Amino acid sequence: MNDNLVAPFVDNEFLANALAAGILVSIVCAVAGTFVVLRGLAFIGDALAHGVLPGIATALLLGLPAVVGAGVGTIVMMGGVGVITRRSRLSGDTAVGLLFVGMLGLGVLITSRSRSFTGDLTRILFGEVLGVSGTELVWQLVAVGVVVGIAVVCRRPFLLLCVDDDLASTSGFAPRVFHTAMLSIVAITVVASFQTVGTLLVFGMLIAPAATAALVVRRLASMMVVAAIVGIVATYVGLLVSYHADLAAGASIVVVAVGFFAITFVALDVGRWIRRRQVMAS
Amino acid sequence: MTASSAPDGTGAVIELDAVAVGYENHVIVDDLSVTLGPGELWVLMGTNGSGKSTVLKTLAGLLEVIEGRLTMLGRAPGGQPRRVAYLPQHPATLETLPLRALDVVAMGRFAHLGLFTRVREADRRAVAEACERLGVDAFAGRPMRELSGGQQQRTHLAQVLARQADVLLLDEPTAGLDAAGRRAVTEAIDAERRRGATVVVATHDLADAEHADLVVLLAHGIVALGAPEEALTDEHLRTCYGFTDRH
Repeated sequence: MNDNLVAPFVDNEFLANALAAGILVSIVCAVAGTFVVLRGLAFIGDALAHGVLPGIATALLLGLPAVVGAGVGTIVMMGGVGVITRRSRLSGDTAVGLLFVGMLGLGVLITSRSRSFTGDLTRILFGEVLGVSGTELVWQLVAVGVVVGIAVVCRRPFLLLCVDDDLASTSGFAPRVFHTAMLSIVAITVVASFQTVGTLLVFGMLIAPAATAALVVRRLASMMVVAAIVGIVATYVGLLVSYHADLAAGASIVVVAVGFFAITFVALDVGRWIRRRQVMAS
Repeated sequence: MTASSAPDGTGAVIELDAVAVGYENHVIVDDLSVTLGPGELWVLMGTNGSGKSTVLKTLAGLLEVIEGRLTMLGRAPGGQPRRVAYLPQHPATLETLPLRALDVVAMGRFAHLGLFTRVREADRRAVAEACERLGVDAFAGRPMRELSGGQQQRTHLAQVLARQADVLLLDEPTAGLDAAGRRAVTEAIDAERRRGATVVVATHDLADAEHADLVVLLAHGIVALGAPEEALTDEHLRTCYGFTDRH
Protein backbone atom coordinates (compact mmCIF):
# COMPACT_ATOMS: atom_id res chain seq x y z
CA MET A 1 0.00 0.00 0.00
CA ASN A 2 2.73 2.42 1.11
CA ASP A 3 4.72 1.53 -2.01
CA ASN A 4 1.89 2.72 -4.20
CA LEU A 5 0.85 5.85 -2.27
CA VAL A 6 4.03 7.36 -0.83
CA ALA A 7 7.06 5.72 -2.37
CA PRO A 8 6.70 7.38 -5.80
CA PHE A 9 7.18 10.79 -4.19
CA VAL A 10 10.13 9.64 -2.06
CA ASP A 11 11.97 7.77 -4.78
CA ASN A 12 11.35 10.15 -7.66
CA GLU A 13 12.75 13.68 -7.42
CA PHE A 14 10.66 14.86 -10.41
CA LEU A 15 7.48 13.65 -8.76
CA ALA A 16 8.47 15.22 -5.42
CA ASN A 17 9.07 18.58 -7.12
CA ALA A 18 5.78 18.18 -9.00
CA LEU A 19 3.96 17.61 -5.70
CA ALA A 20 5.59 20.69 -4.15
CA ALA A 21 4.71 22.79 -7.21
CA GLY A 22 1.17 21.42 -7.21
CA ILE A 23 0.73 22.34 -3.55
CA LEU A 24 1.89 25.91 -4.24
CA VAL A 25 -0.41 26.14 -7.29
CA SER A 26 -3.27 24.84 -5.15
CA ILE A 27 -2.71 27.50 -2.48
CA VAL A 28 -2.38 30.41 -4.91
CA CYS A 29 -5.36 29.20 -6.97
CA ALA A 30 -7.47 28.77 -3.83
CA VAL A 31 -6.96 32.41 -2.86
CA ALA A 32 -7.46 33.88 -6.34
CA GLY A 33 -10.10 31.30 -7.30
CA THR A 34 -12.26 32.17 -4.30
CA PHE A 35 -12.65 35.72 -5.58
CA VAL A 36 -13.02 34.52 -9.20
CA VAL A 37 -15.97 32.33 -8.14
CA LEU A 38 -17.58 34.83 -5.76
CA ARG A 39 -17.27 37.90 -8.02
CA GLY A 40 -18.21 35.96 -11.14
CA LEU A 41 -14.89 36.44 -12.92
CA ALA A 42 -14.74 32.96 -14.43
CA PHE A 43 -14.85 34.22 -18.01
CA ILE A 44 -12.13 36.81 -17.57
CA GLY A 45 -10.12 34.24 -15.61
CA ASP A 46 -10.39 31.88 -18.56
CA ALA A 47 -9.50 34.69 -20.96
CA LEU A 48 -6.45 35.66 -18.91
CA ALA A 49 -5.33 32.04 -18.84
CA HIS A 50 -5.52 31.87 -22.65
CA GLY A 51 -4.54 35.46 -23.36
CA VAL A 52 -1.00 34.85 -22.16
CA LEU A 53 -0.33 32.57 -25.14
CA PRO A 54 0.93 35.20 -27.65
CA GLY A 55 3.05 36.79 -24.93
CA ILE A 56 4.71 33.48 -24.10
CA ALA A 57 5.15 32.59 -27.77
CA THR A 58 6.75 35.97 -28.53
CA ALA A 59 9.03 35.68 -25.51
CA LEU A 60 10.22 32.24 -26.62
CA LEU A 61 10.74 33.60 -30.15
CA LEU A 62 12.92 36.39 -28.74
CA GLY A 63 14.76 34.09 -26.36
CA LEU A 64 13.23 35.68 -23.26
CA PRO A 65 11.87 33.81 -20.24
CA ALA A 66 8.30 32.62 -20.89
CA VAL A 67 7.15 34.13 -17.63
CA VAL A 68 8.04 37.62 -18.95
CA GLY A 69 5.86 37.08 -22.02
CA ALA A 70 3.05 35.73 -19.86
CA GLY A 71 3.22 38.82 -17.70
CA VAL A 72 3.04 41.13 -20.72
CA GLY A 73 0.16 39.06 -22.13
CA THR A 74 -1.93 39.48 -18.97
CA ILE A 75 -1.23 43.23 -18.83
CA VAL A 76 -2.38 43.62 -22.45
CA MET A 77 -5.53 41.58 -21.72
CA MET A 78 -6.44 43.52 -18.57
CA GLY A 79 -5.67 46.88 -20.16
CA GLY A 80 -7.61 46.02 -23.32
CA VAL A 81 -10.70 44.92 -21.39
CA GLY A 82 -10.56 48.10 -19.31
CA VAL A 83 -10.24 50.40 -22.33
CA ILE A 84 -13.05 48.71 -24.32
CA THR A 85 -15.52 48.70 -21.41
CA ARG A 86 -14.76 52.31 -20.45
CA ARG A 87 -14.80 53.78 -23.96
CA SER A 88 -17.66 51.88 -25.53
CA ARG A 89 -21.15 50.76 -24.65
CA LEU A 90 -20.07 47.13 -24.85
CA SER A 91 -20.45 44.99 -21.77
CA GLY A 92 -17.41 43.63 -19.97
CA ASP A 93 -17.95 40.05 -21.14
CA THR A 94 -18.08 41.17 -24.79
CA ALA A 95 -14.75 42.97 -24.33
CA VAL A 96 -13.29 39.91 -22.63
CA GLY A 97 -14.59 37.63 -25.38
CA LEU A 98 -13.11 39.81 -28.13
CA LEU A 99 -9.68 39.92 -26.54
CA PHE A 100 -9.87 36.26 -25.59
CA VAL A 101 -10.30 35.02 -29.16
CA GLY A 102 -8.00 37.71 -30.53
CA MET A 103 -5.13 36.84 -28.21
CA LEU A 104 -5.64 33.11 -28.59
CA GLY A 105 -5.68 33.43 -32.37
CA LEU A 106 -2.57 35.59 -32.30
CA GLY A 107 -0.82 33.05 -30.12
CA VAL A 108 -1.64 30.23 -32.53
CA LEU A 109 -0.47 32.37 -35.50
CA ILE A 110 2.87 33.06 -33.84
CA THR A 111 3.44 29.45 -32.86
CA SER A 112 2.39 28.19 -36.30
CA ARG A 113 5.29 30.07 -37.89
CA SER A 114 7.82 27.64 -36.47
CA ARG A 115 7.89 23.86 -36.22
CA SER A 116 10.13 24.08 -33.19
CA PHE A 117 7.19 25.53 -31.34
CA THR A 118 5.20 22.30 -31.43
CA GLY A 119 6.71 20.96 -28.22
CA ASP A 120 6.64 24.37 -26.55
CA LEU A 121 2.98 24.86 -27.43
CA THR A 122 2.05 21.60 -25.75
CA ARG A 123 4.07 22.62 -22.70
CA ILE A 124 2.42 26.07 -22.62
CA LEU A 125 -1.09 24.67 -22.92
CA PHE A 126 -0.79 21.61 -20.71
CA GLY A 127 2.18 22.38 -18.48
CA GLU A 128 5.17 20.33 -17.52
CA VAL A 129 4.58 19.55 -13.92
CA LEU A 130 7.21 16.79 -13.90
CA GLY A 131 9.84 19.20 -15.18
CA VAL A 132 9.57 21.85 -12.47
CA SER A 133 12.97 23.06 -11.26
CA GLY A 134 14.01 24.30 -7.84
CA THR A 135 14.22 27.87 -9.15
CA GLU A 136 10.67 27.69 -10.46
CA LEU A 137 9.51 26.46 -7.07
CA VAL A 138 11.10 29.51 -5.46
CA TRP A 139 9.31 31.83 -7.94
CA GLN A 140 6.04 30.07 -7.23
CA LEU A 141 6.60 30.55 -3.51
CA VAL A 142 7.15 34.27 -4.14
CA ALA A 143 3.91 34.39 -6.17
CA VAL A 144 2.03 32.70 -3.32
CA GLY A 145 3.41 35.33 -0.93
CA VAL A 146 2.42 38.23 -3.20
CA VAL A 147 -1.09 36.92 -3.88
CA VAL A 148 -1.78 36.07 -0.23
CA GLY A 149 -0.37 39.47 0.79
CA ILE A 150 -2.63 41.39 -1.63
CA ALA A 151 -5.65 39.28 -0.61
CA VAL A 152 -5.03 39.93 3.10
CA VAL A 153 -4.57 43.69 2.65
CA CYS A 154 -7.55 44.02 0.29
CA ARG A 155 -9.83 41.48 2.00
CA ARG A 156 -12.44 44.10 2.95
CA PRO A 157 -12.84 45.83 -0.43
CA PHE A 158 -12.62 42.45 -2.18
CA LEU A 159 -15.48 41.14 -0.05
CA LEU A 160 -17.54 44.27 -0.71
CA LEU A 161 -16.90 43.93 -4.46
CA CYS A 162 -18.12 40.33 -4.33
CA VAL A 163 -21.39 41.71 -2.93
CA ASP A 164 -21.86 44.90 -4.95
CA ASP A 165 -19.73 47.63 -6.56
CA ASP A 166 -21.95 50.37 -5.11
CA LEU A 167 -21.51 48.99 -1.58
CA ALA A 168 -17.73 49.11 -2.06
CA SER A 169 -17.97 52.66 -3.39
CA THR A 170 -20.16 53.96 -0.56
CA SER A 171 -17.83 52.27 1.93
CA GLY A 172 -14.90 54.35 0.66
CA PHE A 173 -13.21 51.79 -1.61
CA ALA A 174 -12.91 52.75 -5.30
CA PRO A 175 -14.36 49.75 -7.20
CA ARG A 176 -12.15 50.26 -10.26
CA VAL A 177 -8.94 50.26 -8.20
CA PHE A 178 -9.79 47.16 -6.21
CA HIS A 179 -11.29 45.34 -9.20
CA THR A 180 -7.95 45.85 -10.93
CA ALA A 181 -6.16 44.58 -7.81
CA MET A 182 -8.40 41.51 -7.85
CA LEU A 183 -7.68 40.87 -11.53
CA SER A 184 -3.99 41.33 -10.76
CA ILE A 185 -3.96 38.44 -8.31
CA VAL A 186 -5.73 36.31 -10.93
CA ALA A 187 -3.09 37.35 -13.47
CA ILE A 188 -0.21 36.62 -11.07
CA THR A 189 -1.77 33.23 -10.35
CA VAL A 190 -2.02 32.42 -14.06
CA VAL A 191 1.54 33.53 -14.77
CA ALA A 192 2.90 31.64 -11.74
CA SER A 193 0.98 28.46 -12.45
CA PHE A 194 1.07 28.00 -16.22
CA GLN A 195 4.47 26.28 -16.21
CA THR A 196 3.13 23.65 -13.83
CA VAL A 197 -0.36 22.87 -15.08
CA GLY A 198 -0.40 24.87 -18.34
CA THR A 199 -2.52 27.80 -19.43
CA LEU A 200 -5.53 25.65 -20.29
CA LEU A 201 -5.50 23.72 -17.05
CA VAL A 202 -4.65 26.53 -14.65
CA PHE A 203 -8.19 27.74 -15.19
CA GLY A 204 -9.48 24.41 -13.91
CA MET A 205 -7.41 24.79 -10.74
CA LEU A 206 -8.73 28.34 -10.32
CA ILE A 207 -12.35 27.28 -10.55
CA ALA A 208 -12.82 23.65 -9.49
CA PRO A 209 -11.42 23.70 -5.91
CA ALA A 210 -13.02 27.11 -5.11
CA ALA A 211 -16.37 26.02 -6.57
CA THR A 212 -16.22 22.79 -4.55
CA ALA A 213 -15.52 24.80 -1.39
CA ALA A 214 -18.37 27.22 -2.18
CA LEU A 215 -20.78 24.29 -2.05
CA VAL A 216 -19.95 23.39 1.54
CA VAL A 217 -18.65 26.38 3.53
CA ARG A 218 -20.33 29.28 5.35
CA ARG A 219 -17.34 31.63 5.73
CA LEU A 220 -15.01 33.30 3.21
CA ALA A 221 -11.83 32.28 5.06
CA SER A 222 -13.08 28.69 5.29
CA MET A 223 -13.72 28.75 1.55
CA MET A 224 -10.05 29.52 0.83
CA VAL A 225 -8.83 26.85 3.26
CA VAL A 226 -11.18 24.18 1.89
CA ALA A 227 -10.31 25.17 -1.70
CA ALA A 228 -6.60 24.82 -0.92
CA ILE A 229 -7.15 21.40 0.69
CA VAL A 230 -9.24 20.22 -2.29
CA GLY A 231 -6.51 21.46 -4.67
CA ILE A 232 -3.72 19.80 -2.70
CA VAL A 233 -5.54 16.46 -2.45
CA ALA A 234 -6.38 16.68 -6.18
CA THR A 235 -2.70 17.30 -6.92
CA TYR A 236 -1.62 14.29 -4.86
CA VAL A 237 -4.28 11.97 -6.29
CA GLY A 238 -3.76 13.29 -9.83
CA LEU A 239 0.00 12.72 -9.69
CA LEU A 240 -0.50 9.21 -8.34
CA VAL A 241 -2.98 8.39 -11.10
CA SER A 242 -0.61 9.88 -13.65
CA TYR A 243 2.34 7.88 -12.28
CA HIS A 244 0.59 4.54 -12.10
CA ALA A 245 -1.54 4.84 -15.27
CA ASP A 246 1.09 6.69 -17.33
CA LEU A 247 -1.23 9.63 -18.06
CA ALA A 248 -0.48 13.35 -18.53
CA ALA A 249 0.22 14.72 -15.05
CA GLY A 250 -1.27 18.24 -15.33
CA ALA A 251 -4.46 16.98 -16.96
CA SER A 252 -4.80 14.23 -14.33
CA ILE A 253 -4.65 16.80 -11.52
CA VAL A 254 -7.33 19.00 -13.08
CA VAL A 255 -9.63 16.07 -13.95
CA VAL A 256 -9.41 14.86 -10.34
CA ALA A 257 -10.17 18.40 -9.07
CA VAL A 258 -13.25 18.66 -11.31
CA GLY A 259 -14.18 15.12 -10.23
CA PHE A 260 -14.13 16.25 -6.57
CA PHE A 261 -16.56 19.02 -7.50
CA ALA A 262 -18.88 16.56 -9.26
CA ILE A 263 -18.81 14.12 -6.32
CA THR A 264 -19.50 16.91 -3.79
CA PHE A 265 -22.30 18.33 -5.92
CA VAL A 266 -24.01 14.96 -6.36
CA ALA A 267 -23.52 14.02 -2.68
CA LEU A 268 -25.10 17.29 -1.50
CA ASP A 269 -27.97 16.94 -3.95
CA VAL A 270 -28.64 13.36 -2.87
CA GLY A 271 -28.45 14.47 0.78
CA ARG A 272 -31.07 17.15 0.14
CA TRP A 273 -33.30 14.65 -1.67
CA ILE A 274 -33.07 12.19 1.23
CA ARG A 275 -33.88 14.93 3.77
CA ARG A 276 -36.90 16.01 1.70
CA ARG A 277 -38.13 12.42 1.58
CA GLN A 278 -37.71 12.07 5.33
CA VAL A 279 -39.66 15.28 5.95
CA MET A 280 -42.45 14.17 3.61
CA ALA A 281 -42.57 10.73 5.26
CA SER A 282 -42.86 12.23 8.73
CA MET B 1 -38.44 74.33 -6.04
CA THR B 2 -36.99 75.27 -2.69
CA ALA B 3 -37.55 73.99 0.81
CA SER B 4 -35.58 74.32 3.99
CA SER B 5 -35.88 72.64 7.33
CA ALA B 6 -32.63 73.90 8.79
CA PRO B 7 -33.24 77.46 10.01
CA ASP B 8 -31.25 79.89 7.82
CA GLY B 9 -29.23 76.99 6.50
CA THR B 10 -27.08 77.04 9.65
CA GLY B 11 -25.77 73.66 10.68
CA ALA B 12 -27.02 72.30 7.39
CA VAL B 13 -26.14 68.65 6.84
CA ILE B 14 -27.49 68.30 3.31
CA GLU B 15 -27.75 71.25 0.92
CA LEU B 16 -29.10 71.08 -2.62
CA ASP B 17 -29.14 74.29 -4.62
CA ALA B 18 -31.02 74.11 -7.94
CA VAL B 19 -29.81 70.55 -8.41
CA ALA B 20 -30.64 68.45 -11.47
CA VAL B 21 -30.16 64.69 -11.18
CA GLY B 22 -30.35 61.89 -13.72
CA TYR B 23 -28.25 59.48 -15.75
CA GLU B 24 -25.49 60.89 -17.93
CA ASN B 25 -27.21 63.97 -19.43
CA HIS B 26 -30.78 62.70 -19.12
CA VAL B 27 -32.34 64.84 -16.39
CA ILE B 28 -34.96 63.05 -14.25
CA VAL B 29 -35.47 65.58 -11.43
CA ASP B 30 -34.67 69.24 -12.01
CA ASP B 31 -34.31 72.40 -9.92
CA LEU B 32 -34.31 70.71 -6.52
CA SER B 33 -33.33 72.99 -3.65
CA VAL B 34 -33.39 71.56 -0.15
CA THR B 35 -31.61 72.25 3.12
CA LEU B 36 -31.68 69.72 5.95
CA GLY B 37 -30.26 69.93 9.45
CA PRO B 38 -29.21 67.28 11.99
CA GLY B 39 -31.90 64.85 13.10
CA GLU B 40 -34.29 65.72 10.29
CA LEU B 41 -36.22 63.35 8.07
CA TRP B 42 -36.72 63.98 4.35
CA VAL B 43 -39.13 61.64 2.61
CA LEU B 44 -39.11 61.13 -1.15
CA MET B 45 -42.42 59.89 -2.53
CA GLY B 46 -43.65 59.42 -6.06
CA THR B 47 -44.53 57.13 -8.89
CA ASN B 48 -42.25 54.39 -10.15
CA GLY B 49 -39.44 55.84 -12.24
CA SER B 50 -40.02 59.34 -10.91
CA GLY B 51 -36.44 59.71 -9.67
CA LYS B 52 -36.55 58.83 -5.95
CA SER B 53 -33.70 56.32 -6.23
CA THR B 54 -31.80 58.66 -8.56
CA VAL B 55 -31.88 61.43 -5.94
CA LEU B 56 -30.64 59.00 -3.27
CA LYS B 57 -27.87 57.65 -5.50
CA THR B 58 -26.76 61.20 -6.22
CA LEU B 59 -26.71 62.01 -2.50
CA ALA B 60 -24.64 58.84 -1.96
CA GLY B 61 -22.11 59.98 -4.56
CA LEU B 62 -22.90 57.13 -6.96
CA LEU B 63 -24.19 59.50 -9.66
CA GLU B 64 -22.79 62.85 -10.71
CA VAL B 65 -24.86 65.99 -10.17
CA ILE B 66 -25.90 67.18 -13.64
CA GLU B 67 -26.52 70.80 -12.62
CA GLY B 68 -26.55 72.88 -9.45
CA ARG B 69 -24.64 72.52 -6.18
CA LEU B 70 -24.93 69.64 -3.73
CA THR B 71 -23.06 69.36 -0.45
CA MET B 72 -23.25 66.61 2.14
CA LEU B 73 -21.78 67.58 5.52
CA GLY B 74 -20.10 70.52 3.83
CA ARG B 75 -18.38 68.52 1.11
CA ALA B 76 -19.11 66.95 -2.26
CA PRO B 77 -21.14 63.74 -2.02
CA GLY B 78 -19.26 60.46 -1.84
CA GLY B 79 -16.27 61.86 -0.01
CA GLN B 80 -17.17 60.90 3.55
CA PRO B 81 -18.06 57.19 3.64
CA ARG B 82 -17.73 56.99 7.43
CA ARG B 83 -20.41 59.65 7.89
CA VAL B 84 -22.89 58.64 5.17
CA ALA B 85 -24.59 55.23 4.94
CA TYR B 86 -26.69 54.08 1.99
CA LEU B 87 -29.25 51.30 1.63
CA PRO B 88 -30.01 50.60 -2.06
CA GLN B 89 -33.49 49.74 -3.27
CA HIS B 90 -32.43 46.25 -4.23
CA PRO B 91 -29.49 45.16 -2.08
CA ALA B 92 -27.39 42.51 -3.76
CA THR B 93 -28.66 38.96 -3.39
CA LEU B 94 -26.09 37.08 -1.40
CA GLU B 95 -27.23 33.54 -2.08
CA THR B 96 -23.98 32.54 -3.75
CA LEU B 97 -21.73 34.07 -1.11
CA PRO B 98 -20.53 32.23 1.99
CA LEU B 99 -21.69 34.92 4.39
CA ARG B 100 -23.66 34.80 7.63
CA ALA B 101 -26.05 37.60 8.56
CA LEU B 102 -23.52 38.75 11.18
CA ASP B 103 -20.79 39.02 8.51
CA VAL B 104 -23.04 41.21 6.36
CA VAL B 105 -23.85 43.54 9.28
CA ALA B 106 -20.14 43.72 10.17
CA MET B 107 -19.40 44.96 6.64
CA GLY B 108 -21.07 48.19 7.73
CA ARG B 109 -17.93 48.93 9.77
CA PHE B 110 -15.54 48.56 6.81
CA ALA B 111 -15.78 52.30 6.04
CA HIS B 112 -14.35 52.99 9.51
CA LEU B 113 -11.77 50.20 9.39
CA GLY B 114 -10.29 50.87 5.93
CA LEU B 115 -7.61 48.45 4.79
CA PHE B 116 -5.43 48.09 7.84
CA THR B 117 -7.29 48.90 11.07
CA ARG B 118 -8.02 45.84 13.19
CA VAL B 119 -11.57 45.29 14.42
CA ARG B 120 -11.94 47.06 17.78
CA GLU B 121 -14.33 46.59 20.68
CA ALA B 122 -16.30 49.66 19.51
CA ASP B 123 -16.83 48.00 16.12
CA ARG B 124 -18.10 44.78 17.71
CA ARG B 125 -20.40 46.79 19.95
CA ALA B 126 -21.81 48.80 17.00
CA VAL B 127 -22.51 45.58 15.08
CA ALA B 128 -24.14 43.90 18.10
CA GLU B 129 -26.34 46.94 18.77
CA ALA B 130 -27.45 47.17 15.13
CA CYS B 131 -28.29 43.46 15.12
CA GLU B 132 -30.28 43.80 18.33
CA ARG B 133 -32.26 46.84 17.16
CA LEU B 134 -33.51 45.08 14.04
CA GLY B 135 -33.85 41.63 15.54
CA VAL B 136 -31.00 40.25 13.43
CA ASP B 137 -29.40 38.71 16.53
CA ALA B 138 -32.04 35.97 16.35
CA PHE B 139 -30.53 34.66 13.09
CA ALA B 140 -27.08 36.30 13.06
CA GLY B 141 -25.20 33.02 12.74
CA ARG B 142 -27.25 31.69 9.83
CA PRO B 143 -26.06 31.90 6.21
CA MET B 144 -27.71 34.66 4.17
CA ARG B 145 -28.84 32.13 1.57
CA GLU B 146 -31.05 30.44 4.20
CA LEU B 147 -32.82 33.64 5.27
CA SER B 148 -36.20 34.91 4.08
CA GLY B 149 -36.46 38.12 2.04
CA GLY B 150 -37.61 40.05 5.11
CA GLN B 151 -34.75 38.73 7.24
CA GLN B 152 -32.28 39.67 4.51
CA GLN B 153 -33.75 43.19 4.31
CA ARG B 154 -33.40 43.59 8.10
CA THR B 155 -29.80 42.42 7.81
CA HIS B 156 -28.99 45.00 5.13
CA LEU B 157 -30.60 47.73 7.20
CA ALA B 158 -28.63 46.62 10.28
CA GLN B 159 -25.49 46.96 8.16
CA VAL B 160 -26.43 50.60 7.49
CA LEU B 161 -27.08 51.25 11.20
CA ALA B 162 -23.78 49.61 12.18
CA ARG B 163 -21.92 52.39 10.39
CA GLN B 164 -23.25 54.91 12.96
CA ALA B 165 -23.29 57.55 10.23
CA ASP B 166 -24.43 61.16 10.40
CA VAL B 167 -26.57 60.75 7.28
CA LEU B 168 -28.69 57.72 6.40
CA LEU B 169 -29.94 57.31 2.82
CA LEU B 170 -32.59 54.58 2.75
CA ASP B 171 -34.23 53.45 -0.48
CA GLU B 172 -37.51 51.72 0.40
CA PRO B 173 -36.22 50.30 3.70
CA THR B 174 -39.51 48.60 4.59
CA ALA B 175 -39.95 46.80 1.25
CA GLY B 176 -40.72 43.13 1.83
CA LEU B 177 -41.08 43.50 5.60
CA ASP B 178 -44.00 42.31 7.72
CA ALA B 179 -45.72 44.57 10.27
CA ALA B 180 -43.16 43.78 12.98
CA GLY B 181 -40.32 44.47 10.58
CA ARG B 182 -41.85 47.80 9.52
CA ARG B 183 -42.24 48.80 13.14
CA ALA B 184 -38.62 47.86 13.88
CA VAL B 185 -37.46 50.01 10.95
CA THR B 186 -39.63 52.98 12.01
CA GLU B 187 -38.28 52.74 15.56
CA ALA B 188 -34.72 52.48 14.27
CA ILE B 189 -35.17 55.61 12.11
CA ASP B 190 -36.66 57.51 15.07
CA ALA B 191 -33.72 56.45 17.25
CA GLU B 192 -31.23 57.54 14.60
CA ARG B 193 -32.91 60.95 14.39
CA ARG B 194 -32.80 61.35 18.18
CA ARG B 195 -29.07 60.56 17.95
CA GLY B 196 -28.79 63.50 15.53
CA ALA B 197 -28.56 61.62 12.24
CA THR B 198 -30.23 63.16 9.20
CA VAL B 199 -32.33 60.57 7.38
CA VAL B 200 -33.50 60.58 3.76
CA VAL B 201 -36.03 57.87 2.89
CA ALA B 202 -37.60 56.90 -0.43
CA THR B 203 -40.92 55.21 0.17
CA HIS B 204 -44.34 54.43 -1.27
CA ASP B 205 -45.95 54.48 2.16
CA LEU B 206 -47.87 57.68 2.93
CA ALA B 207 -47.71 56.92 6.66
CA ASP B 208 -43.89 57.24 6.56
CA ALA B 209 -44.17 60.68 4.97
CA GLU B 210 -46.60 62.11 7.51
CA HIS B 211 -43.91 62.10 10.23
CA ALA B 212 -41.26 63.75 8.04
CA ASP B 213 -39.84 67.25 8.36
CA LEU B 214 -39.80 67.59 4.60
CA VAL B 215 -41.54 65.73 1.79
CA VAL B 216 -40.96 65.83 -1.94
CA LEU B 217 -43.61 64.38 -4.23
CA LEU B 218 -42.22 63.30 -7.60
CA ALA B 219 -43.93 62.44 -10.90
CA HIS B 220 -42.18 63.56 -14.11
CA GLY B 221 -40.47 66.20 -11.98
CA ILE B 222 -41.31 67.84 -8.67
CA VAL B 223 -45.04 67.94 -7.92
CA ALA B 224 -44.70 69.33 -4.40
CA LEU B 225 -41.96 70.08 -1.91
CA GLY B 226 -42.43 71.18 1.68
CA ALA B 227 -43.72 70.14 5.07
CA PRO B 228 -46.09 67.11 4.99
CA GLU B 229 -49.20 69.24 5.41
CA GLU B 230 -48.15 71.38 2.43
CA ALA B 231 -46.92 68.61 0.16
CA LEU B 232 -49.42 65.84 0.83
CA THR B 233 -52.60 67.66 -0.16
CA ASP B 234 -55.33 65.90 -2.11
CA GLU B 235 -54.55 68.04 -5.14
CA HIS B 236 -50.85 67.12 -5.12
CA LEU B 237 -51.59 63.44 -4.55
CA ARG B 238 -54.06 63.48 -7.44
CA THR B 239 -51.50 65.15 -9.69
CA CYS B 240 -48.89 62.61 -8.66
CA TYR B 241 -50.83 59.35 -8.60
CA GLY B 242 -54.11 60.18 -10.35
CA PHE B 243 -56.17 59.52 -7.21
CA THR B 244 -56.33 60.69 -3.62
CA ASP B 245 -57.23 57.56 -1.66
CA ARG B 246 -54.95 57.79 1.37
CA HIS B 247 -55.65 54.18 2.36
